[in-house]
Amino acid sequence: MSWLPIVIKACYFLAALLFILGLKRMSSPRTARGGIVWAGYGMLLAVLATFFLPDMQNRGLIIAAVLIGVSAAWWSGKRVAMTAMPQMVALYNGMGGGAAAAIGAVELIGYVRTLAILHPPGIPDTSPLRPESWAINALTPMPAMVALSPVELALGVLGALIGAVSFSGSLIAFAKLQGWLDKRFVFPGQRAVNLLLLAAAVLIGILLACGHASLPLIAVFFVLALLFGLMMTLPIGGADMPVVISLYNAFTGLAVAFEGFVLGNEAMIIAGMVVGAAGTLLTQLMAKAMNRSIGNVLFGSFGAAGGEAQAIEGAQKPIDAADAAVMMAYAERVVIVPGYGLAVAQAQHKVWEFAQLLLKRGVKVKFAIHPVAGRMPGHMNVLLAEAGVPYDLIADMDDINPEFPATDVALVIGANDVVNPLAKTDPASPIYGMPILDVSAAKHVIVIKRGKGTGFAGIENALFYADNTRMLYGDGQAAMGELVTELKAIDA
Amino acid sequence: MIDGFLALYIFMLAAFTGYEIIARVPVILHTPLMSGSNFVHGIVLVGAMIALGHAQTRFEIVIGFIGVLLGAGNAAGGYVVTERMLEMFKPSKPDAGKGAH
Repeated sequence: MSWLPIVIKACYFLAALLFILGLKRMSSPRTARGGIVWAGYGMLLAVLATFFLPDMQNRGLIIAAVLIGVSAAWWSGKRVAMTAMPQMVALYNGMGGGAAAAIGAVELIGYVRTLAILHPPGIPDTSPLRPESWAINALTPMPAMVALSPVELALGVLGALIGAVSFSGSLIAFAKLQGWLDKRFVFPGQRAVNLLLLAAAVLIGILLACGHASLPLIAVFFVLALLFGLMMTLPIGGADMPVVISLYNAFTGLAVAFEGFVLGNEAMIIAGMVVGAAGTLLTQLMAKAMNRSIGNVLFGSFGAAGGEAQAIEGAQKPIDAADAAVMMAYAERVVIVPGYGLAVAQAQHKVWEFAQLLLKRGVKVKFAIHPVAGRMPGHMNVLLAEAGVPYDLIADMDDINPEFPATDVALVIGANDVVNPLAKTDPASPIYGMPILDVSAAKHVIVIKRGKGTGFAGIENALFYADNTRMLYGDGQAAMGELVTELKAIDA
Repeated sequence: MIDGFLALYIFMLAAFTGYEIIARVPVILHTPLMSGSNFVHGIVLVGAMIALGHAQTRFEIVIGFIGVLLGAGNAAGGYVVTERMLEMFKPSKPDAGKGAH
């Protein structure tokens, strides 16, 4: 049966290859669909191969756990609405982090047990570096009896720490996005407490990695790590969640790579590391789109900018649906700027219906999306795609901003901070420096908004008071419905 | 087990691969790609299976079982969600607008 390990290794190799090729295909809209299927085959291959590893015990339990986990996640994943996608990604990501932490825990506990067997109490020097332990391993090739090398131990502990933080942090992110945790949890000295938690977890982790492992110490280590993830995520507001989810995604990837090293599994190392690096880059891109550093998102409190905010002069000027419809019906170019409010109002289908009517009249319609619109990077694109908007009508911020001066009407629905000109003009504004969609450069701006209040961050929006802006008050879905009706009336 | 420096090379090359894959991705695909990479680290399921497969005491088995459960959830959930999102991305066609639901 000497060919079996080779076949299994080959399966892992193929899986790693399929993951990379799959992710590569996912980076273009045309090939993306095939990409996830390729990666899916890779996963299937790797999981099946693992069943046939020699010296595996508890096979019945493994099958049971896989079946339960897969069916629960499959069922929930099929049912979830597109608006709720960010919290589901957070949840699944947290599960991955938890799994990595569990691997670390099993390995550490097994390590303690192995040491106790290899070096019963009473015999001095239980260092894992002792050459005899290697000799014993060589003679008795029982995997459960192999003591971990110092490097394996260190990376195993590190992976467990990162995985546990990702687990509890992602669960909090999930609860926040799901609306179960509305309030930001802030208290004085929070940063110090968090730092202390992290320092304590790292310290115990170092003790564990140095071979001073014992069951109570392992337990305290995991409690501290979980607590840190929880406390770190609690004060972070909803608008920053895209960055946080992306960061924990990278964390889980790293944790998986490290645990993969401990288990000697190359597929885990490669897949985990690829995700870790990709996730880190994505997190940086997200943070940059908000003009903030990752550290600022994690540890800074939003809205803390000092100084006097610029006073905004003028008044908001209302418009009714009939006038707004006429304006756009006879426009040459219309750019629709959807924000998260559109998703909350479930208005994406109405918006696309309206856009189609305009397109039929020969109006050039585009959708402009800010990189951090929605609650996850690219979330708005997904919501528009769900409504049937083809992706070539959707433009990124960098592509659309030069086009605003040639735009007759910019229709803003449920977006606020990402179109606020104060981000460019008012250094005292908390969002100063954040790249924005330049809608105020359009000839006319129509803003659909529920009322006169301020946006998510509680910041006044100068756009609403601009001379070329008209406000169409109302719920996003209702207002779009009226616009559709009025537009049809023009054609009739 | 893997030789230390060989592992270091794998770590490094894989990191560059991940970086290069994401570096020029249009914003439109950020969500599916994040969700896709979320699925890919579901490979942790394999590790959890190995951990449970080598678990000896009841305590280890319980933790290993939870690990496999979570890992399976990561892999399956990540796949379904990503597939659902990517399925919706369609280019303009003459009959555009009849989006999938």
